[in-house]
Amino acid sequence: MLTELWNDAEGGFHPASAPDFLPETALKQVQLRRLRAVVSLAYDNVALFRARMQERGLAPDSIQRLEDIQQLPFTVKADLRDTYPFGLFATPMSDVVRLHASSGTTGKPIVVAYTREDVGVWSEVMARTLACCGLHRGDILQNAFGYGLFTGGLGAHYGAEALGATVVPISGGNSDRQIMLIRDFGVSALCCTPSYFTYLIERAAELGVDMRSLPLRAGIFGAEPWTDGMRDHIEAAAGIKAYDIYGLSEIIGPGVASECSAQQGLHIFEDHFYPEIIDPETGESLPDGEEGELVLTTLSKKAMPMIRYRTRDITSLISEPCECGRTIRRMRRIGRRSDDMFIIRGVNVFPSQVEAALLAVEGTLPHYQIILTRDQGLDQMSVEVEVTPEVFSDKIRALEDVRARLAKAIEHILGIRVGLRLVEPRSIARSEGKAKRVIDRRNEGA
Amino acid sequence: MKLQQLSLFLENRPGRLGAPLEAIAKEGINILTLSLADTAQFGILRLIVREWDKAKQVLEDAGWVVNLTEVVAVDVLDRPGGLAEALAVLEGAGLNIEYMYAFSLRRGDKAILIFRFEDPDRAIAVLLEKGLHVVDGDELLSVVSC
Repeated sequence: MLTELWNDAEGGFHPASAPDFLPETALKQVQLRRLRAVVSLAYDNVALFRARMQERGLAPDSIQRLEDIQQLPFTVKADLRDTYPFGLFATPMSDVVRLHASSGTTGKPIVVAYTREDVGVWSEVMARTLACCGLHRGDILQNAFGYGLFTGGLGAHYGAEALGATVVPISGGNSDRQIMLIRDFGVSALCCTPSYFTYLIERAAELGVDMRSLPLRAGIFGAEPWTDGMRDHIEAAAGIKAYDIYGLSEIIGPGVASECSAQQGLHIFEDHFYPEIIDPETGESLPDGEEGELVLTTLSKKAMPMIRYRTRDITSLISEPCECGRTIRRMRRIGRRSDDMFIIRGVNVFPSQVEAALLAVEGTLPHYQIILTRDQGLDQMSVEVEVTPEVFSDKIRALEDVRARLAKAIEHILGIRVGLRLVEPRSIARSEGKAKRVIDRRNEGA
Repeated sequence: MKLQQLSLFLENRPGRLGAPLEAIAKEGINILTLSLADTAQFGILRLIVREWDKAKQVLEDAGWVVNLTEVVAVDVLDRPGGLAEALAVLEGAGLNIEYMYAFSLRRGDKAILIFRFEDPDRAIAVLLEKGLHVVDGDELLSVVSC
């Protein structure tokens, strides 16, 4: 009965979404109860965590109020590498029903584990994510996140089933077939990385398919930072609403936070994931509204609880009420990650800054890549930008002018000299997962 | 009176010129003339072909960014000072030439030059008024096929 009621409301609600609307006092009670339980679980079962607590003279009973979380030690990505593969598990393998791992581009991958209960929580938060993006029973969701060790595919899959939507488990890649099924099945929503969807729009146009004429109405995009300019481009070119979702394997996978119809920040499912913002330099906690590094604590994970995990993502928390009616707090869209950042000639550079400059000059975001090299001991940064029909001209002078304007816009934002090369369309490799924006060749060869 | 010229963007590195030419050759499209403008990093290949719309499609399908521009073909006397006389006409009328290149064929005592003007319509009017011969598409094709 209730399910019917929720599904009839096109507002994207579902019974699973109920905790999104908890009054603040009730939410805080749930958070404190769960925090105390997870700290006890980690203290009793994870040697690294217990040792760090003891070093600080802390015991699980030290947590009396929510604010006491600030006394707890941080967990960082290196901890997962150092304890590879199973060192941070809090339950015996007999209780673990699933393992996932990062792709491990450098060294050992990061391994994460789920009990049956954890998989249930994950399905719930992903169902809440999809409901937040306006999906409901009757929607056909094409899931183009990769299935496998990456958490994206299975996370979205379980969530969509929990919601009651119809899943097309196509996984990543095979773009022509993606486009065929979007058209033939009347797919109404699609999830993948924003950079891959940009490529799908491009490919569809080549195949003579106009995405705007299809029933597709929502794109659920995550796994990499993207800009508002990229969103405007996607929404206009595909005739859809493009939602930003957020998650990371170390915490659970996708399903940590999601935009709602207001598209003004991402609601954090904070009854399961407790957010804090800290100064990334000093580790000091910062109040809501101030920008800093996002730190998350899993309040209900059993197999692998994460206490004060430093995400390296830079954002701020929004405690003001949202027009969608949800009471859980929001975070601003992640524009940059502290690990995407690179340092060149002493200047901190985020790819999103380069993106903003390219957007300002071209109006839409061209495919680009940043190449870092070292020439006689001096770091060099060059940006390769694919020529688009919008900027191409038969006149050398006009192209030189575009090149110069792009270089100037980037130099203006970064304050350092960059090389800028115009390259042929489609000469920069397309990714089916996270776009590779930075190629660092500084430590290759002599 | 105007001709359709295709331009495409090429990176300035070995082997880049061959690919687009092969793509249109495969479709049996004959190139009437071409010009290549380049900088250290990139070049612009400009083509005048028999079936420009088909060639444009073929190139775009193969992934090139193709630009379509109207240019003007002008007969110029093939003797010392021939070009200078034509240019004097254009200069006198204050017409701005963006760039120009020579057609690969000549007929009789005439050479054909391709001009890219800022304002091709006004350029044609001036040229005709001054008694210069502007070669149109059909005429160009008949010159090439004989």
